[in-house]
Amino acid sequence: MHIVVCIKQVPDSAQIRVHPVTNTIMRQGVPTIINPYDLFALEEALRLRDKVGGEVTVLTMGPPMAEDALRKALGIGANRGVLLTDRFFAGSDTLATSFALAQAVRKIGETWGAPEVVFTGKQTIDGDTAQVGPGIARRLGLNQLTYVAAINAIDLEAGTIAVARRAEGGVQELSTKLPALITMLEGTNEIRRGTVPDVLRAARAKIEVWNAAAAGITEVGMCGLRGSPTVVKRVFAPTPRAAKAEQVEAKDRPYEAVAEDVMERIFAAQPAMEAELMRTAAGY
Amino acid sequence: MTTPPKPAPAAAGSRAGMKKELPERFKSYQHVWVFIEYEHGEVHPVGLELLGEGRKLADKLGVELAGVLVGAGREGLRQAAVEAWEHGADLVYVVDHPTLEHYRNDPYSQVLTELVNTYKPEVLLLGATVLGRDLAGSVATTVLTGLTADCTELAIDDDRCLAATRPTFGGSLLCTIFTLNTRPQMATIRPRVMAMPPRQPGRTGRLIEHKVALHEADIVTKVLRFVADRDSSKAQLAYADIVVAGGLGLRSPENLQHVRALASALGGDWGGSRPLVQKGWMPADRQIGQTGKTIRPKLYIAAGISGAIQHRVGVEGADLIIAINTDPHAPIFDFAHLGIVADAVELLPALTEAFRKRLSVNRLAG
Ligand SMILES: Cc1cc2nc3c(=O)[nH]c(=O)nc-3n(C[C@H](O)[C@H](O)[C@H](O)COP(=O)(O)OP(=O)(O)OC[C@H]3O[C@@H](n4cnc5c(N)ncnc54)[C@H](O)[C@@H]3O)c2cc1C
Repeated sequence: MHIVVCIKQVPDSAQIRVHPVTNTIMRQGVPTIINPYDLFALEEALRLRDKVGGEVTVLTMGPPMAEDALRKALGIGANRGVLLTDRFFAGSDTLATSFALAQAVRKIGETWGAPEVVFTGKQTIDGDTAQVGPGIARRLGLNQLTYVAAINAIDLEAGTIAVARRAEGGVQELSTKLPALITMLEGTNEIRRGTVPDVLRAARAKIEVWNAAAAGITEVGMCGLRGSPTVVKRVFAPTPRAAKAEQVEAKDRPYEAVAEDVMERIFAAQPAMEAELMRTAAGY
Repeated sequence: MTTPPKPAPAAAGSRAGMKKELPERFKSYQHVWVFIEYEHGEVHPVGLELLGEGRKLADKLGVELAGVLVGAGREGLRQAAVEAWEHGADLVYVVDHPTLEHYRNDPYSQVLTELVNTYKPEVLLLGATVLGRDLAGSVATTVLTGLTADCTELAIDDDRCLAATRPTFGGSLLCTIFTLNTRPQMATIRPRVMAMPPRQPGRTGRLIEHKVALHEADIVTKVLRFVADRDSSKAQLAYADIVVAGGLGLRSPENLQHVRALASALGGDWGGSRPLVQKGWMPADRQIGQTGKTIRPKLYIAAGISGAIQHRVGVEGADLIIAINTDPHAPIFDFAHLGIVADAVELLPALTEAFRKRLSVNRLAG
């Protein structure tokens, strides 16, 4: 089977520092990583390939340096990397991003065989929208399975897949037809370490680099800033609360006395709370 | 399977998105809509919270506020419509069909897309829940319009456009996003970010039943089973009236027991800052903050939490914030209402004891 995994290169949030005065993120020198949520998608794709055979193609859209993310994915065990990069893609919102990625998946399908499953992570850590996966599914007419916790069964002959997914208030077990798009829930598997041959191969592998034309995109008006219906108009720092916290003196006092004090102040600020707590306590 | 949408021709000229000229075909789009999640016979509270916010937007625009209810079962949907009216909706669109009993992307997005194309709302709000996010992305892509995720503030600007504000990466800055040239303007908002509007018993409105032609045989995705969460702690933390949380200042996972003990003495729920999840001290669904749960309790007690902006945005809606921190300069004292410079590991048990004593004394007296 052919599986496509869409990944994104993002700044490592653990390394991000916020400028204390301007409140802006200091991105300089911040290393990039594969969006952590995407690793669950990649691992699940590799497991599926190990089980039923086939190939895993990793796809990313980004600047030329996003090639690093693809090489990392190859080192973990993916078969092929495709980098979609073009100035036309700059400033894409989620609608424009899903358009470009869907076109690239289509082209990947024409070139190496139509994928039975397309994976994405649940969301990215920098955009946090969770909209690109559903967008790709919609544009390609793939059956959409978001927040998947486990793939329970796949039958390539019958063209069916069964999964367990996180739903509101519980877990939903679904079956659907292939091809499908799966967004993988975090914590559902653990990314493997690449084997030595994979790591060596990744360093030398040829990454497919596609611009818009190579991906078969003719309507560049659907891409980047022009293809994005949303516009960011204003970026600003949140306003601080006017007053600082009132303090309860705790120095050189026994904790019991401080605790009494805090409790009294809570009840003074929330007069109804004591009665409410009494009612709950009486229920015990 | 449904066919993918046809790409619309690109607008002439570059950076078309920067112009605020709404194409003619969108000028008839009017009214504010809230998609109200209705499943297992219940309305998700986020739908009602959004009616409160939607009411303000509709009043500012001078238009109507509509709720959208999709599901199966006449009586239950009717009850849900009453709830919507009593929380501020002028009218409710109801789609009642057996295929809509459990949420599935395909039939739900077909139905919501059809409603949007038929009745043409200018604003469409959904909860940023797993259901809302799954559905919103499909509908926005089908009708090719803008969708802003996880908004923390909504307003109407001078051009009658929806100004949707959300934290940018890292949460230290906010940004305001517009959908200029397409309609509807779509946004998702997390549970508890907007306050629940007061219920107005007896308030009524109109009900428009919209008939759809759905056939179970055409829907390839089937629900095999639904296993309800045993412990609904997920809902409880977001909706608890009292929340006690711990941070790295607790120093060890064992000390989280003091947080749990105080929460239980107060009949509340507990959680923590993100590093506690990363260190494996507590499960991810206990995380409070930008990338965890947003809470709006009556009382929030933060013990050993520094008050980073990403934590702050998740708790600012609390009525009363109490911070316990050994560092008098910790940023949490900038937004807490009451601060105690003390060792949380010592003060938490003392607080638990004080509340236990008071509550048992009162119980004997009362
Ligand atoms: C993209 C992104 C998203 C994030 N999302 C979230 C989120 O959703 N939620 C979240 O919480 N964080 C989030 N963070 C992390 C956030 O920036 C902070 O790193 C985190 O909140 C700090 O946790 P903390 O307060 O427990 O630890 P620290 O910042 O280390 O603070 C510990 C505090 O404990 C105090 N202390 C030490 N000993 C004691 C004692 N004995 N008694 C009392 N106080 C003591 C110290 O003075 C200090 O103020 C996010 C970060 C990023 C980059």
